[in-house]
Amino acid sequence: MTNKRTCLYDKHVALGALITPFAGFDMPIQYTGIIDEHNAVREHCGVFDVSHMGEVVVSGPDADKFINHIFTNDVNGLAAGKVLYGMICYPDGGVVDDTCICKLADQLFLMTINASNIDKDVAWIEQNAEGFNVTIENKSEAYGQLAVQGPEAEKMLEEVLGLDCKDLKFYEVKCLKQDGVDVIVSRTGYTGEDGFEIYGTPEYIVKVWDKLMEAGVKPCGLGCRDTLRFEVGMPLYGNELSDKITPVMAGLSMFVKFDKDEFIGKEALLKQKKEGVRQRLRGIELDENAIPRHGYKVLKDGVEVGEVTTGYRLISTDKSCAVALVDESIQMGDRVDIQIRKKTFPGTVVKKKFYDNHYKK
Amino acid sequence: MAKVIEGLYYSESHEFVKVVGNIGYIGITDYAQHALGNVVYVDMPDVDDDIEIDDDFGAIESVKAASDLKAPVSGKVIEVNENLEDEPGLLNKDAYENWIIKVELSDTAELKNLMDAKAYEEFCAE
Repeated sequence: MTNKRTCLYDKHVALGALITPFAGFDMPIQYTGIIDEHNAVREHCGVFDVSHMGEVVVSGPDADKFINHIFTNDVNGLAAGKVLYGMICYPDGGVVDDTCICKLADQLFLMTINASNIDKDVAWIEQNAEGFNVTIENKSEAYGQLAVQGPEAEKMLEEVLGLDCKDLKFYEVKCLKQDGVDVIVSRTGYTGEDGFEIYGTPEYIVKVWDKLMEAGVKPCGLGCRDTLRFEVGMPLYGNELSDKITPVMAGLSMFVKFDKDEFIGKEALLKQKKEGVRQRLRGIELDENAIPRHGYKVLKDGVEVGEVTTGYRLISTDKSCAVALVDESIQMGDRVDIQIRKKTFPGTVVKKKFYDNHYKK
Repeated sequence: MAKVIEGLYYSESHEFVKVVGNIGYIGITDYAQHALGNVVYVDMPDVDDDIEIDDDFGAIESVKAASDLKAPVSGKVIEVNENLEDEPGLLNKDAYENWIIKVELSDTAELKNLMDAKAYEEFCAE
């Protein structure tokens, strides 16, 4: 089976990107290098092709009620133009996917889902829609998507792209028309910096990409997308969230609204919240430079207590850090070791957020 | 196009050996550093360690992943390149200039199993 390509694939190849299969797509991992792309986003501005992400539109008289049924966060009373992050859960609290939901208008929602989960999510969403008067459309092929991220992102959208966005606050969205084309712009991202995500037709997205390249905005690959999100403690589905790792275990209960009447997974998650969980995600900062990676063992006094979900030598702080799923007995400030190849390296349990975000609220 | 230097010995796992007398300077090739991207950590053995051909003797960590270093020859480690502890990115600047370990070769006949520059260039082009 050949991989899918986004509308910008040829542009990536022409820029000399290192292309790797990701979630069924041939995606750029890096152009010039993960470190300078990462730093461009922290210091100036970078653009990511995230057209592989899935989009599902939910509309109809029961749209609010239905979203609240399948989603852990609460859209009840949410104004049009707002965005919410949360999870879609199984009845046992395991996670189908994490998603940002944009309320575009009354009874009209746009859900952005992980590329690796599109088929599974759409099936799950449709399967649970019985009895709700809603229309569910998988628009993943129809939309291209760019993430323009960094302290200079607003300037780039306003001045280079002519998109009126400065009035948008963090986690707000609006629908615009540019040259007769429908465009959706949200002030969201996956980097810990101020920034925007732009949705439009593939043709429109290619035009926007070209304009940003001409203006000197740095093209950024999935490599630094991961280092950026990791530094600010954002989860990656498959690593920090999964059908086995619930939002409570992941320390993301703030995105689970237990005061809602019902949602899929509520009982199981509430039980975990009240009775505690056997394992939870913790941050670990190593004393030395050795780099912890996904799957490496975490030890406490020589006994295995968990496993690394993601680890890096952080580009922004030059420290070796990991997020790990560890026994509930492991507490903040504890000293633990991580097995790296033949040796073990000591570290301290810390918060999962290793670097402060810089959102424009 | 990755750089290949005449006179060195090359392994299929992209290590090189530069031989001076019975001393081997072992490092990674330019092709390898390109494929890895930004190198951020080099895990090296200790001086006096004995390394066996085809065994892992350390690892190169790029931002994204760890890659094991496989010994292209056997020998005793007599020096490790300490510059790489502070500046692992030197491998991206010049992989051949910045060898990783220096070994006393235990069996020079092992070199016969390695590729010369021409064979390695063809191997990389495949």
